[in-house]
Amino acid sequence: MSKKEEIVRVDHITKRYEENAILEDFSLSVYEGEVVVIVGPSGCGKSTILRIMNGLEPVQKGEVTYRGEKVDGKLGSITRIREKVGMVFQSYELFPHKTILQNVMLAPVLVQKRDKKEVKEEALQLLSRVGLSEKKDNYPRQLSGGQKQRVAIVRALCMHPEVLLFDEVTAALDPEMVREVLEVILSLAKEGKTMVIVTHEMAFAEAIADRVIFLDAGHIEEEGTAEEFFRHPKSERAKQFLNSFTYDKVVHE
Amino acid sequence: MQNLGIDVLFKGTNMLRLLGGLWVSLRISLIAVGFSIALGIPLGMLMTKDSKIVKAIARLYLEIVRVMPQMVLLFIVFFGTTRIFGWNLNAELASVIVFSFWGCAEMSDLVRGAFISIPKHQYESARALGMNSFTVFFFVILPQTLRRLLPTSINLVTRMIKTTSLVMMIGVVEVLKVGQQIIEANRNSSPNAAFGVYGTVLLLYFIGCWPISMLSKYLEKKWSNS
Ligand SMILES: Nc1ncnc2c1ncn2[C@@H]1O[C@H](COP(=O)(O)OP(=O)(O)OP(=O)(O)O)[C@@H](O)[C@H]1O
Ligand SMILES: [Mg+2]
Repeated sequence: MSKKEEIVRVDHITKRYEENAILEDFSLSVYEGEVVVIVGPSGCGKSTILRIMNGLEPVQKGEVTYRGEKVDGKLGSITRIREKVGMVFQSYELFPHKTILQNVMLAPVLVQKRDKKEVKEEALQLLSRVGLSEKKDNYPRQLSGGQKQRVAIVRALCMHPEVLLFDEVTAALDPEMVREVLEVILSLAKEGKTMVIVTHEMAFAEAIADRVIFLDAGHIEEEGTAEEFFRHPKSERAKQFLNSFTYDKVVHE
Repeated sequence: MQNLGIDVLFKGTNMLRLLGGLWVSLRISLIAVGFSIALGIPLGMLMTKDSKIVKAIARLYLEIVRVMPQMVLLFIVFFGTTRIFGWNLNAELASVIVFSFWGCAEMSDLVRGAFISIPKHQYESARALGMNSFTVFFFVILPQTLRRLLPTSINLVTRMIKTTSLVMMIGVVEVLKVGQQIIEANRNSSPNAAFGVYGTVLLLYFIGCWPISMLSKYLEKKWSNS
């Protein structure tokens, strides 16, 4: 993995909301074909990092580079990078006034100016891959949460992104729908897609991660392979954090 | 059976005159609606911005329109300003001004409400797909806003049409005034004319407003799956 090309680099970023520093001198590189999973307690800045990577969040210091090119506030550069960096959020953010197929086709046709017929073909193919071909003419409100998230993933994929960012995409789902969404992401990992994933599903994180980043209060507390982090966590904070996902067996006295 | 007094409408050109009056009412309200939409939408969008000054001015404007009876506004514009500024304002123009002033305020408030009801993540997911502000606005935000705006703005339009009956107070000869004139003229020959004529006026208002309501019902249904 070490020789792979660096795709996104977050370089010495400082991010504040008013006086509150959320990230202080934070750096992170993502390499081609790599799956990076970011875990950490609520409010530690995971979403903020993904939003900064996609240029959705202004920063006070530092820069984001995409294949060496600086992402700055200038319109052209930022929209160009967003085409290459797909993002899926926690709550279903499909466009409610468009059908499933229209949701998927909108940006490729409008932003990338691609041929409508070709985009439609690809969109249908991607939808069938996630098992949603028959829903193509439905509207988002007619779909379940898990189905909507699968459409959101397809919508991002149809832009041919080089990196995919997932921000707790299953956090708002009923438990029985979590799997169908995670399976899609797992299959993308098998294909070798580059991804940065924020999740609270630890079993999933362990299965999919090449590299785990444990974030605490805006800095990287621990970093390692899935095996290292989940089986042999080094820091006390990481051990505590992982313990918070297990429960002690109740012993009746 | 009692004479319903409809027969007067078939005397001479009475019916035509009544329809002419209806056209005056519709003309005033439709022109005012046009101005209200054309000015109310940008004004409403302006009101969603963070500027305190814009908000304060808009608030003041809205409150003035809300607390003032339309009739008082009509009197001020038609009788008041013509005296003070010495300009020549015909009654119909004065009506259009007052109705636009009123409609624009209400419209801008409806537009503002519709825009701020669009969740922030709609903007974000559109931007995350590489759309620029122009495409985000025209392809994602505006269509959703219009859908939300429809029922309330149609309601405003029909209220404006109905309220045009006030303009006869400043001498505009609109449908209700024509009706009155017909009744007056036939006071002796058909004393029941009030029922027939006002009943017909009612029907005409209905014919004016009903298609608009139907159109909105149709669109609402068509858009209901979104
Ligand atoms: N718009 C904002 N204004 C002020 N503070 C904010 C804003 N957005 C986020 N924050 C703060 O920044 C910190 C990091 O937020 P962020 O959403 O990145 O956390 P997170 O790690 O994604 O948490 P979670 O696991 O709950 O999603 C939090 O303390 C939050 O309160
Ligand atoms: Mg978050």
